Amino acid sequence: MSNQAPLPNFHFTVQSGIYAAREASTKLMIELAPLNLDVEETGAIELIIAEVLNNIVEHGYPDPKNGGPISIYCEQGNRGLNFKLIDKGLPMPDGAPPVGLAANIDVELKDLPEGGFGWSIIKNLAKDIVYTRTDDANRLDLRIAIAVGSKNNCSI
Amino acid sequence: MNLSSRTEDQLRVVSVNGDRIDAAVAIEFKDAMRAETDGGPETVILDLSEVGFIDSSGLGAIVASMKHMGQDRTLVLAGLTPTVDKVFRLTRMDSVFSLFATLDGAINELQH
Repeated sequence: MSNQAPLPNFHFTVQSGIYAAREASTKLMIELAPLNLDVEETGAIELIIAEVLNNIVEHGYPDPKNGGPISIYCEQGNRGLNFKLIDKGLPMPDGAPPVGLAANIDVELKDLPEGGFGWSIIKNLAKDIVYTRTDDANRLDLRIAIAVGSKNNCSI
Repeated sequence: MNLSSRTEDQLRVVSVNGDRIDAAVAIEFKDAMRAETDGGPETVILDLSEVGFIDSSGLGAIVASMKHMGQDRTLVLAGLTPTVDKVFRLTRMDSVFSLFATLDGAINELQH
């Protein structure tokens, strides 16, 4: 899409907790600034990262007094931004992310869902989502099809 | 994040003064919405024009607020910015809420 210089790989770590998603988002936007993404693109990235981090905080480190690190690695590839999120929290139940079907909203007001939207949002916006558990760590790989890299100089 | 409200004719306009309604403030938002809408006019316009970002927790908090208001009251949303609009569309909640591009548009439509 553009002849920008490739974005250097980066990574950072945040501590789990109520502000983890915000902190990660802020750090992420600083690292991605050289890409000059538009509001739609940054919005999509922020949303994916917020939902993934909220899940890690809520389910990986459910005890607020026993938090832990969440590390985010990013590498620009020729099909977008490849992210790796690693935490040392509890394993995902069933060893895999929830299916993330869209909630049934064709219901009466009192039965409208107030939660459970997160995975369907993530799966809508991110690709190649893979969860792995090794030793004491959870790892989530995903790709966001934004800023398709110029590492191969394949701009049109 | 905080909320301020005013009454315009028969409408309650609740404005969000803050950039994000997310996991960090979802409970705070729900409590503040109750405070601004309990016992007030039947129709409430939630002005989101200052909000650049909501996540699924923020969406859930807005849904909870509408449920709390109940069947006999109306909550509409105005001034959705791109990412906020995206969240409503992805979750199909844009078919559950009336969405107005601008606060003025919402007020004009609802005042009769």
